[in-house]
Formats: sequence, C-alpha cells, structure tokens
Amino acid sequence: MDKLLEVRNIKAQFVTDGNVVNAVDGVSFYLNPGEIIGVVGESGSGKSVTMMSLLQLISSPGRVAGGEVYLENGKDNLLSYPPNGEKMREVRGGKIGMIFQEPMTSLNPVLTVGYQIQETIMLHLGLDKEAARAKAVEMLKLVNIPDAESRFGYYAQQFSGGMRQRIMIAMALAAEPEILIADEATTALDVTTQAQLLEMMQDIAKKTGTSIIIVTHNLGIVAQYAERIYVMYSGHIMEHAGTKALFRRPEHPYTRGLLKAIPRLSDPKGKVLVPIDGLPPNPANRPPYCPFYPRCEYRKERCKEGIPPLRMTEEGHSIACFLSGEELEQREEELSHKLQKETAKKTIKPELCLDIRKVRKYFPVYKGLIRKKIGEVKAIEDITFQVRKGETLGIVGESGCGKTTLARCLMRVYRPDEGEVIFEGTDIARMKDSELISFRPKMQMIFQDPFSSLDPRQTAGSIVGESLKIHHLTKSQEEYEAKVDELFRLVGLSPELRERVPHEFSGGQRQRLGIARALASNPSLIVCDEPISALDVSIQAQIINLLEELQSRLGLTYLFIAHDLAVVKHISDRIMVMYLGRIVEFSDCLDLYEEPLHPYTKALLSAVPDANPDAGRERIPLKGEVPSILKRPAGCPFSDRCNLTEDRCRKETPQLKEVKPGHRVACFLYEQQEDA
Amino acid sequence: MGKYLLKRLGQTILVMFLVSILVFLLMSFIPGDPVYAMLGEDITPEEYQVAYEQLGLDKPLITRYAGWLGGVFQGDFGVSYQYHVEVEELIASRVTVTLYLAVLSTVIGYPIGILFGMLTAVYRGKKADSILTFIANLCNCLPQFWIGICLMYFLALKSGLLPSYGFTWPWEDFGMHMKQLIMPLICLSIGSIAGVTRQTRSSMLEVIRQDYVRTARSKGLREKKVILIHVMKNGLIPIITMLGNRLAFMVGGSMFVESVFQIPGMGSLFVKAIGGKDIPVVQACVLLTALVSCLAYIVTDLLYMLVDPRISLVESE
Repeated sequence: MDKLLEVRNIKAQFVTDGNVVNAVDGVSFYLNPGEIIGVVGESGSGKSVTMMSLLQLISSPGRVAGGEVYLENGKDNLLSYPPNGEKMREVRGGKIGMIFQEPMTSLNPVLTVGYQIQETIMLHLGLDKEAARAKAVEMLKLVNIPDAESRFGYYAQQFSGGMRQRIMIAMALAAEPEILIADEATTALDVTTQAQLLEMMQDIAKKTGTSIIIVTHNLGIVAQYAERIYVMYSGHIMEHAGTKALFRRPEHPYTRGLLKAIPRLSDPKGKVLVPIDGLPPNPANRPPYCPFYPRCEYRKERCKEGIPPLRMTEEGHSIACFLSGEELEQREEELSHKLQKETAKKTIKPELCLDIRKVRKYFPVYKGLIRKKIGEVKAIEDITFQVRKGETLGIVGESGCGKTTLARCLMRVYRPDEGEVIFEGTDIARMKDSELISFRPKMQMIFQDPFSSLDPRQTAGSIVGESLKIHHLTKSQEEYEAKVDELFRLVGLSPELRERVPHEFSGGQRQRLGIARALASNPSLIVCDEPISALDVSIQAQIINLLEELQSRLGLTYLFIAHDLAVVKHISDRIMVMYLGRIVEFSDCLDLYEEPLHPYTKALLSAVPDANPDAGRERIPLKGEVPSILKRPAGCPFSDRCNLTEDRCRKETPQLKEVKPGHRVACFLYEQQEDA
Repeated sequence: MGKYLLKRLGQTILVMFLVSILVFLLMSFIPGDPVYAMLGEDITPEEYQVAYEQLGLDKPLITRYAGWLGGVFQGDFGVSYQYHVEVEELIASRVTVTLYLAVLSTVIGYPIGILFGMLTAVYRGKKADSILTFIANLCNCLPQFWIGICLMYFLALKSGLLPSYGFTWPWEDFGMHMKQLIMPLICLSIGSIAGVTRQTRSSMLEVIRQDYVRTARSKGLREKKVILIHVMKNGLIPIITMLGNRLAFMVGGSMFVESVFQIPGMGSLFVKAIGGKDIPVVQACVLLTALVSCLAYIVTDLLYMLVDPRISLVESE
C-alpha cells in the first residue's frame, strides 16, 4: 500500500548547559491513508517531540538531529528543507494539522477564534476573506459549535475547555489536511467530553478520509480508537503492533509490564496490579544499551550489549528487544508463579467511621465595590452517606461535581452550611477551630499534585514529621527521629533521603512523601483527592498497591476521590457518583459497574476508554458538556442532558432511594417501577 | 464601557481631592515663613503684618483651604513669590514647552524602542541581540544629565556645532529651533528607547514561548505573520503600561534635561520653585502632575481594552 507518511530514524536533541540530551533517538513509523494510529508513552518518552520534529516545529534549545520524513510517497525528505521555508509551511497546516494538549493556552487570547480559523484557510486554500469566513463558519458547525455564525467573533476565553478543543480541531482541519496529529488532545478534558471529541474526530476522519495520529499516555484511548499502535519509551519505539494484537499478546517486556500495571475497567475486581519497579531513565543520561534494562523483569546479560533494534516477530508486529519469543515466554511463566501473591486482606468493621447527614455548602458570590452578595454557588447539597471503618469509598464525578468541596467539608477546611458530619461518633460540623484541633490528627488528606502540595523549601524529613510536632505526638527528640524514619520505611522510602528537598524526588516518590506526611499523626481516615492522576502510568500501580497495603496493615478508612473509573473500581469497596453537587448513585463497587442504574452513571461508564479493545461495550452518547455549577437546571441536575427526561425531572429533584440492597439511586425512573 | 469610564473618573476625583489636601498642607509643613519667602527678609514688621493678612494666614486652616480650593477651581492658584506673576500664566507658558519636548521624544523613542525590542527578541541569542541588548542596558543605566553634559561638551563647547542652551519656538526662528532641539531630544529619547527596547524584548520573549504561538506556527504561517499578528498584540500589553507611566511623568518635565540646557519648561520651573520656597507654584505643579497621572492611567486602561479583549470582557460583565 502507498504510505501517506513515512518517518525514518528521526532524532531530536536538546542542548542544555552544554549537555546533549537525545529526546528522540531514531524513531521510525508510518501512516497509511485513512488510518488512525496511536503513539503511547509516558511523560518524557519523546512522543510529542517526535511529532514536533517531523513538522520541524521544535524550537531552541531543541533541534532535529537527523532522520527522514516522506509525505505521500514523495521522494523529498521534508527534513532537508529549512524549518520556516515555503515547503515546510505548506505541509504545516496544509498537509498535516496539529492539535495540542492545553485547550486553555493553545488559542490566541487576543484574536477571535473565527479569525484564527480563517487565517489558516486563506493561507492554504487561497480563498478570499469572505469565502474563508464562510468556510470557517462551516468548520465550526462541523465540530458542533452551536450558533457558529455568531460565535465566529468570540474570543477563546468565552468558551469552555471542551469547546476550545473543538475549535482547535476545526482549525487544524480547516485547510483540509490529510493528516491530523492529536497530541494529548483530550487529556485535560472530562471523560464524557473526551469521548465526545474522540468520536467526533473518528467520524470526521471517516467522512473526509483524514488520517489521524493519536499521541497519548492513555492506553485506553489508543485501545478504543487506534488501529495500530506504537509504544514509546525513553526516546525509542519499543513495540509496534495492530491494536488487538498488542493488547492480546503484548511482547515487549515494557508493554507486558504496563498492561499488568494498569487497572482496566473490564478487569475482574481483585486483579493484582504488578507495578513496574523503578523510574524511567533521566533523558540526560540514558544508558548506551536498552533503556528499559534497569526496570526489566526479563533482562539477560546480553541486553547490555547495545540498543536493540526493532525487529519483526510476526506480520505487523515488531519489538525492540534482544530476547527471543521463547525466552520471554519462559520468563513470563516463572514470573506468573512468583506473582501468586495474596491480595492484601482487609477487614471492614460494622461500626461507622463517618456518618454524613444532609450536608450542604453554598458559596456566596459577591460583586462590586461594596461586595454586595448577588447570588450563591450551590456547590454541594443534600449529601448523606456512611462510611464504615476500614472501608474504601470511591467518590467519582466530573469537574464541578463537588467532590473536592465535599472532601473539604468533611475535613472541616470549610464549615458546612447545614448538616452533620459525624466522625467516630462526634458531630464536627459546627465545631470551633479550637475544639477541632484534637480531631485533626485523626483525619488526613493526600493531595493530587505531588509537585505543588509540598513546600519546596522544607526538607522531606520535616514535611513528614511536621504534624508529629504540631500535635505533640512524640515525647523526645529520639522518639521523633525514630518515628520519622519509620514513616519513611512504611511508604518505601529510604530514611537517608530525609535531608533532601521535594524537587530532588521524582513524582512517585513525592506522592510517597505525601502519604507518609498523612500517616504521621496516625489517622483513622484518609481522604485521597486524586492521589495518582498526576503520576505516570507505570508509577500509578506502585502508589495504588502502597495505599492498599497500608490500609490492611493499619486498618485505615479511605475516601478515594478520582475521575479515573478503572482505578476507582480497583480500589473501592463502595462507590458514590456525584453530578453537579448532588449524589446521583451510591452502590457496592461491583454492582455499580455491572449494573449501573442512573442514566448519568451509565453514560459516564460507557465514556471511559477501556484499555481492552476486545471488551465490547455500548456507547451511550451524552448531549452537551458538564454545565457550570452556576447553571444547574431546576429539578434533577442531570435533566437537561438525560435522554429519558420527563416533565417531572425538570420540576422535582429526585431523592436518593434504595432500589436494591446496598444500591441507592436518585432517579424517578426507578421510583415508578416501584410504584407499579 | 461608559459605566466603567464613569467609575474611573469618580475614583480620579477622590484621588485629586486627597492630593489637594496634602498639597495645601505643604504650606504649613515647609520650614520657613511664607511671608519672608515671598517678600524677602528685609521687611518691617508692619509690611510683614499686611502680607500676613493678605495671605490669610490669620484665618483657621479649614477656611484657608476652602478659599484656596475655590480659587483653584476658578483657575486661580495665586501669585508666584518669585516671579510675581499669576501662577496659571506662568505654568501655561512653561507646560507647552515641556509637552512639546515630551511628545516629540515619545514619538521618536517608542517606535524605535519597539522595533529594537522586536529585533532582539526575534534574533534572540544572535549577534544583533547581544549588541542591541548591551547598548540598551548601558543606556538605561547612564544618567540623563551625564549624557546631556557629554553632548554639550562635544557638540557645543568643543566643536561649536550647536548652541549650548535655550529654547526657541519654530515660528520664531526655525533654524535655531532645530539646532537647540537636537541635544535635549537625544537626551530625552535615549532613556526611553533603551527602556522600551528592554521591556519589549522581555515581553515578546515571554509571548513567543506561549502555546498559541506554537499553534500559529503549526498552521504554517510565515514567521513574519506569526510575530506581527500573534506575538505583537499580546506582547504590546506591558508596553502600554509603560506608556501610561511615561505620560504621567512627562508633565512634570525632565528636571535634569531642562536644567542642563536651560529650557524654560515645567521641570526647571519646579526645581526653582522648590529651591525658592515658591509655594503657590509648587502646589500648582504637584496638582497638575497628579491630575495628568490619573488621566494617563485612565487612558492606559482604555488602551488595554482596545488591545486585550479579555479585559473588556471582564469589565462588561
């Protein structure tokens, strides 16, 4: 077949402080006409740099250090042209359109979105201003921007994140390129919006015959949308295969490890996650041999002899590994025996750790010089649930659903406007700060961003030990030192690292510090607010396993807030689904995934890209995006997006009712069944 | 927009009121006696008494302030102690000279500064950038009066090419006007060229590394278009802030340049008035500077709205 795009042995370097860093070290791939391929890799694997390099968009101190790029079977190597010359500019936007990760910053804030699309059209299609305008409006309609005609003159900041990304897609496709590169294009978006956009891109590609390169760290996305996949690690392609083959029979040790490390929606509950030990190599000092060697479970002495080239193992499947198929399989067999590790046992006690009753929190909105109150943001209302000791309650929902506000109300960072927060038998909702002091050590929090939630000037030891001092939990200096050392060991860090400051740690290690800090005061409840979403895929499993192990050892109760439904399924005993400040469903974990009841839960689950291309799932498309909490509809919060909305849903708010034992849902649909 | 303007004007009135109180209190705070300052030390006690009452110094502070403020509203700032003419006449003749020089130096300095700034940013790290940035940093550090004295030494005293001091309006003697203009104008412009170059460079560099510039490049736009359309409009925002500050600064006049070249502008007037305890003149100068500052900031904000739609969006909400 004629290849639309062929990249051969492309290399990109960054020069910093006189050191040459090979960010991309000889990557080759191709793209057929009309095909959707995926390039997956963790941060720093060089996937984005590869794409930027082939368009020669990489800017100083980076540079393309070699390689060839051929478009449409041409004989011209695109990299032989100057980066800003005529030829390259024709390709950029004209032949290859690109969408970037951050929809918030990728559009120019001082130019109208219409102008930015029009500009591309005029440049590449040679249309005059009027015709380009018409075409731009047409593009906006294509990506489902409502009221496209008048939105032409809007600025980027007048759109939501999802809308902005639609506009980016419209812009990238405006000049009818043959290839669209989507570089983490949906990473910053909510799950349901992400699914909408990916499906839209897929549809457009089918209609117009555009080929797409999806660049992402999310194995689920490539599993669902790509036909072929390239797995990148540390500037190299490790494995290349058709999507089904890759997920059914991963061959490269890295891919095998990755698939064992991630929780998947379609996995049975109780799957043991096998983390990949260690950290990705620092690009500044990569070894002269296989970059995965230090973390590889399958390694043999001869792996250190050089960088393994990509070799074909079967038709359309190649890996960069010296080991033969038999060697890998043999080792796999050995590993699987070793793997029979017990899942951490945990005991859930019948008594309640938390009993939340009708908690409500509104935030006033002020305006003007005299700060007049003009309204309220109804962040959360009518929140009632219980958590038993030793249990993990997963709280899921998209942005603006109130999960973080709820966590802060429980931790008494905020004072709830109404309701009771009964923690181990005492209502703390109305307590004064002075009374709360004695409760603080019992409830701790692990935060999302391990990069900004630790004081950069404090040493790791004092970060971890701080609450011991605040709450006078140790009697002597020796006891304090010993306790801090113990905490370090508890989370798998060497106590020798105590004197280091946070930036000397990697993301995963920082999150371990965050966990050690939370554990210092010997809490009984830990609220984990998106504790792993900022971490690399291969690191996530390490942290999940650590959390589970700590729970069974210390009898902790977790509130696990996350938007990744596969992770929540893996770790939670029960799950609570929130939408625009209200609980819409509350159920045992398995029940929820097997038989979701609320229309929102169903749509949400169907939107999650599962890293298993064989799991046949029905997609339930959802209208619109998660609205701002300021625009919550009357009645059921989901009423304006639900396919089953009736008059009653718009007038009354459904209450959470038990439909089956242990499964509560707030939807009239199930009440009517009961009545009948 | 209209509402916003009204709000800002309201704020300006409040500020001016406070300034007027402070300015009026100057009279009481400045050491030395205003009567002696006006008439000199060699006066009889009777003459002193007459002047004392004429100035209303026997009346309570509030009454004097009200009277003074009433006068100010009618454009009556009193009589200059030194020049013995109405303050408003004195200032009217001085401020035109100052404004003329200020506007000219801005018109020259800003475009050149922005151009240099763009060049240094676009050719970052290249020779052109190193040289221009070095010169800009150097010029930014050189005191104005030092440049003035150097110019005067070489161009006027050594070679006699240019007259060393004075100011003539073009309609009085065009040739003389041009000759007298060169040195003060160079003096005034060098600083602003250097400042604007540095500011433009850093703000352009900040914008160049933004994601939306990468987006613009990924569309295949010419680099010229990327810079002129996508970078410029964003990069100019901090320059507008500088322009506002400069407008405010201008009215006060450049004390150094006007003193060195003996130009009868606001700066030299201000210096002399302070030295001679010419309180009515000082008061008028301060008030005028404050007023122009406030207005300049309003103009700055309006310019912001013109360049940055984000601001007008927030304001119109």
